[in-house]
Amino acid sequence: MFQISNLASGYGQSQILHELNLDVAKKEIVAVMGRNGMGKTTLFKSLMGILPQWGGQIRVDGKDVSKLETHQRVESGIAYVPQGRMIFSHMTVLENIQTGLPASAGGKVPDDLYALFPVLHDMRHRKGGNLSGGQQQQLAIARALATNPKVLLLDEPTEGIQPSIIKDIARSLKEIRNMRDLTIVVSEQVLSFTMEIADRFLVIEKGKFVVEETRDKVDEASISRYLSV
Amino acid sequence: MEWLSEFGAIAAMQGFNGLSVFCVLLLMALGLAIIFGQMGVINMAHGEFLTIGAYTTFVVSSLTSSYAPAFGPYYFFLAIILSFFIAGAIGWLVEWAMISKLYQRPLDTLLATWGLSLVMQQGFRSIFGAREVSATLPDWLMGSWNPTEAIDIPRNGLFVMGLTLLLTALLFLMIYRSRWGLQVRATMQNRVMARSVGINTKRVDRMTFALGCGVAGVAGAAFTTIGSTGPTAGSLYIVDTFLVVVFGGASSLLGTIASAFSIAQAQSLLEFFTSGSMAKVFTLSAVVLILMLRPQGLFSAKVRK
Repeated sequence: MFQISNLASGYGQSQILHELNLDVAKKEIVAVMGRNGMGKTTLFKSLMGILPQWGGQIRVDGKDVSKLETHQRVESGIAYVPQGRMIFSHMTVLENIQTGLPASAGGKVPDDLYALFPVLHDMRHRKGGNLSGGQQQQLAIARALATNPKVLLLDEPTEGIQPSIIKDIARSLKEIRNMRDLTIVVSEQVLSFTMEIADRFLVIEKGKFVVEETRDKVDEASISRYLSV
Repeated sequence: MEWLSEFGAIAAMQGFNGLSVFCVLLLMALGLAIIFGQMGVINMAHGEFLTIGAYTTFVVSSLTSSYAPAFGPYYFFLAIILSFFIAGAIGWLVEWAMISKLYQRPLDTLLATWGLSLVMQQGFRSIFGAREVSATLPDWLMGSWNPTEAIDIPRNGLFVMGLTLLLTALLFLMIYRSRWGLQVRATMQNRVMARSVGINTKRVDRMTFALGCGVAGVAGAAFTTIGSTGPTAGSLYIVDTFLVVVFGGASSLLGTIASAFSIAQAQSLLEFFTSGSMAKVFTLSAVVLILMLRPQGLFSAKVRK
């Protein structure tokens, strides 16, 4: 469904990602774990075409998107929730969600989005920047879902969010996956969060995947060794 | 009681005078509010787009009077529409050829657009000559309206006012109610993120710049009712225009309106009591003082940092 083969990328002269390979099935949730500076965000940015891709291929549902620009990749079915959420803080919650909607939607937010995040419906006329961190995270996810994606990329969604909201987010991610047959790739440092949602675990270190485990075989202790400093 | 009614008449005319300065300032500033306020591009050639509108009107006017005199009373509306599209199309080209290469380099944009403004001025000079020209105004724009015997309100002022109101309302609708406006605002807040939700930011930039230039063109058409047009007509206004936009708070259209209103009223009141240049000095010092206290301008949105 979502295939990455021999992906290489970096900044300027320095290569960060080395020949990454990943094949994610439909409705699968894959967690990419790793410490700061190991290439998680670089991976996501190059998947979105925000960073230039040096080599390799990215396929969504068989379609090669490697040569496409960011907004065309979104059209092809990749949605992105960046680290730090990056909502449009001067726009209302409703407008934030509308930015993701395709032209055919006529600006109408689908009901199932509000059903997933009722708080966004209550606050739809507030400025996005005046929401709490957890609410902003939900808004960023809703905005990404508005593009009607096949693959959802989440970069450290639990960063700076209180534990009770983290549980909520985990629950809604699983719900979305079932509701929309969505493929999800999530990067994290918090193991408890990914243990709750992921079907497969990858550890990234210095731009390479060094561990790959499925949910039934995963050893929490061995992964957490890679996460501790 | 004779002096009281005279005073009232002067107050009314002076008030109207302030209002028409306000409309002129606002008309000029609207295009820039989009380009500088929303896109953050310092376009020193903005005044020249105004001149394009003015020359377009002049050309339409002379063509009408030599080929279709019967069309005379109505040519002005055609001129406004043509000014919009011609200035807009040239803006589109300029964005494509120049501005789009310079988004990461604001200082270079300043220099490049300044150079462009010189090139355009010389272009006008070569095509239309250095002498000022004026369009033949239709009769219904001439003369004045007298509600009482002592009050004298010029019709062209009223026309400019109507046009300003219409244009402002249209722009408000476009920016705050349309899908295009939503995309513009998203792009201006965070370009990378806007792309990541599927917005084609290059197209948005080009459209926005073209629209801002088109609006400047309409302002230029409106100016032909007030003054004559020369190659440097537009550049005279560029400083005032930036002043209005910066004072209003760069990203707020409402701020632009409030700022144009306060600067214009202050200017025209002070002009009545002192002299023209003193009025300018007072207004500028007030603006500088207020900007020192509120560097973000009059209006700025409040959100969490």
